[in-house]
Amino acid sequence: MQKRIYGVETEYGIIFTPEGRKTLPVEKAIRFLFEKLITTEHFLNVFLENGARFYQDTGCHPEYATPECSSPSQLIIYDKAGERILEDLQSYAEEKIREERIPGKLSIFKNNTDFVGNSYGCHENYLVDRDVDFYYLAEQLIPFLVTRQIYTGAGKVFQTQDGVHYCVSQRAQHIYQKISGTTTNDRSIINTRDEPHADREKYRRLHVIVGDSNMSEYTNFLKVGTCSVVLQMIEDNYINKDFTLRNPVKAIKDITYDTTCKRHLRLDNGREYSPIEIQREYCEMAQKYIEQYPVNDEHKKAVGMWQYVLDCLVDDPNKLYREIDWVIKRHMLERYIDRKGTSWNDPRVFMMDLQYHDIQRDRGLYYLLERAGAVERLYTDEEVDAAKTEPPPDTRARMRGEFIKLAREHSIQYDLDWSNIRLGNLLNVRVICNNPFESDTEKVAELVRTIQKTNLRKTSLSKLVIQS
Amino acid sequence: MRIIQDPKRRDSQALPLYQAAESPQKQKSKGGGGGEEGDAKGEGGQKLAKKGEELKEEMDNLVDEIDAVLEENAEEFVKNYVQRGGE
Repeated sequence: MQKRIYGVETEYGIIFTPEGRKTLPVEKAIRFLFEKLITTEHFLNVFLENGARFYQDTGCHPEYATPECSSPSQLIIYDKAGERILEDLQSYAEEKIREERIPGKLSIFKNNTDFVGNSYGCHENYLVDRDVDFYYLAEQLIPFLVTRQIYTGAGKVFQTQDGVHYCVSQRAQHIYQKISGTTTNDRSIINTRDEPHADREKYRRLHVIVGDSNMSEYTNFLKVGTCSVVLQMIEDNYINKDFTLRNPVKAIKDITYDTTCKRHLRLDNGREYSPIEIQREYCEMAQKYIEQYPVNDEHKKAVGMWQYVLDCLVDDPNKLYREIDWVIKRHMLERYIDRKGTSWNDPRVFMMDLQYHDIQRDRGLYYLLERAGAVERLYTDEEVDAAKTEPPPDTRARMRGEFIKLAREHSIQYDLDWSNIRLGNLLNVRVICNNPFESDTEKVAELVRTIQKTNLRKTSLSKLVIQS
Repeated sequence: MRIIQDPKRRDSQALPLYQAAESPQKQKSKGGGGGEEGDAKGEGGQKLAKKGEELKEEMDNLVDEIDAVLEENAEEFVKNYVQRGGE
């Protein structure tokens, strides 16, 4: 598929640190986050003006699901916009909590683990062609997903009996299956959840739950861009090599503990490759593919960056100290340890690992590096800020976003999900949009005009169903 | 056609921070990126040394900045940071 819908769901870590004796359990703290979002929808589960969804998920994590996006770049901008939205909500919540006379700090982290073995996710969603057999697709994709952490990992400090170590990925340690239907236990590389929020005959949803949450725009774009190219190659039946791993779940852990990225993994056919070599094979295929098939510019850009990071990884991963999260973070930690004359055992090292992911820009160490010009950016603050309130112009999210604005302006009651808009005092008028590529907002505006003219209490408009 | 990376930055930023602490000689052998003004050897070496100094200073500043925002009770904070499994 040349045109694809992309989405990312990010679960954030959250903790309240009291300054006095009074504390606030996370169940309560999280409610303050939602206070600023006045809506007619359910509390703790709302759609935003930019078309995204923000809700409280399993384990009391605030979760932001991007609106439907039409390209990897657009997706990364909307993912970043989610951080900024949460940052606003966090400041507001902190103030509200202070007003309740509970002095303290509310911290929100865009990472995937605590230090005692709990994990929360970052799920990528790709709309894929229904005609491609799911298990074929999964088998082709798994070696790619297992090895891509060498340039998509967010890095993590962890302690074992024999000391403190640094690993490539936050998520890898928490993956126990290749493919499964659950997300809360037995986490897998690919989840079978298939809610395309679109025509089921034509599309399915590919739910990748193995990835780390990224702070770096470069890393994040590379993660989605390369995966998208590989998907397109699989859909076009272009992949002609078999990299089936003998034990993908073991491999994913072996790779995360090897920061040289060069240790060999065994394939099903007995051959052995390093993660860099496997990635290089995929990358070389992609280079040929983009010469032969119609591919958009973003994908070409992703393939170019892909080649660049693999070249750096072969040479010395440290070269990616501006581009790739796990290297950026390690570089910062090493410099700090060096300058302070301390060691990896220093609790400050663990704190820095965590605080790298703090979304509050005054506190977050990733943002400190960003301000210092020490990391590579792909987008501007203006682009990200605009995405906080403006939906993507070319997907269904535009209809949803524009509707929310109109409904608020005219105080119209509504209730939403990804494919439906219900509105009116009785929520008996329904707009169904099963096509995520549809972005015609005129329909929505017309509906709002109709609603304004009609007294919904008296008229049954239940027959008014707009289908697109 | 392929965008390998933004060429501006490798040239202008020259040495990565991780090389800054090393000797200027070693920095030079690693290339330092864009390789502009590569032929005037002596001058280049001095420039690199100067850049190394600047970067050292930058790194010191960065460490100070980190200290200014880093959670004071690091040990306590990390210990208390326990999340429930998500998803």
